[in-house]
Amino acid sequence: MSELLSGTLAPPMVNGEAVFEAPWQGRVFGMAHALADAGLFTWDEFRVHLIEEIGHWDRVGEGEYAYYQHFQRALERLLASRGLVATEALELRATQLGERPDGHDHDHDHDHHHGHHHR
Amino acid sequence: MTDSSRAPAEPAIRAEALEALLIERGLLKAEAVDDVIEQYNERIGPMNGARVVARAWIDPAYRARLPGDGTAAIAELGIDGAQTEKLVVVPNTESVHNLVVCTLCSCYPWAVLGLPPRWYKDPAYRSRAVREPRALLREFGLEVPDRAEIRVWDSSAEVRYMVLPRRPPGTENLDEAALANVVTREAMIGVAVL
Repeated sequence: MSELLSGTLAPPMVNGEAVFEAPWQGRVFGMAHALADAGLFTWDEFRVHLIEEIGHWDRVGEGEYAYYQHFQRALERLLASRGLVATEALELRATQLGERPDGHDHDHDHDHHHGHHHR
Repeated sequence: MTDSSRAPAEPAIRAEALEALLIERGLLKAEAVDDVIEQYNERIGPMNGARVVARAWIDPAYRARLPGDGTAAIAELGIDGAQTEKLVVVPNTESVHNLVVCTLCSCYPWAVLGLPPRWYKDPAYRSRAVREPRALLREFGLEVPDRAEIRVWDSSAEVRYMVLPRRPPGTENLDEAALANVVTREAMIGVAVL
């Protein structure tokens, strides 16, 4: 599982460990690796999407360089192109999650898990 | 390509949505993501140390100068010590088994091994490594033969230690990269052999 990690597209590291600035970054990193390990795509295929995302940012230059946002988009696009998770389905679920009531205040700086309130 | 017309949810929510959908559709096991992160910390962190070990196994000249000046020897492989401490590599032999500990706190050769495992900081490990290393190692599943001496190396702010494990049998045909994959963090701390 280290192919991607050793190349120029390696994620930010400190002391030999991946640096996740927020829990979601670890989740997308872990998802990509788990799905590749399960054979849903190869690292080369993922890398193509990641290079495209980073290349797009290079050209457009919007906002700050944010490795894991590129990583996340690359994963989303790859899964959509395979018909595994359509963009619309993802958007819909994200919107639903974003509308959770009961004090779920969209503050994701804290390490929250899946103990959401259910009505 | 990135569609700028959509107003994306924030990344944390998108990640949560994606993981939930993948699990619901049977594409991802619920615990798979946690497993990857854990495995990553065990395997990728110690990769530099594993490269040093593999080189020492295939290159006798490198192996010979490794114990003398570990800091210079890892620099040869492009590993930046990134700190001022001296690195000492202690080779296991048939008659000597080495074990690394930090009795005072949790000094650790992180330039080569990443971050220490949780048990390395544990008071019981730190005290028993010195007092009863043989019994401690037995609990790690390692039976050191009575004829072998156990040497315990107490790390400090100035000196960090790493064990050079013995090359396991059956690896004669592996190349350097494949050999590095054989090396584990535990073997380089000395709580396991290969």
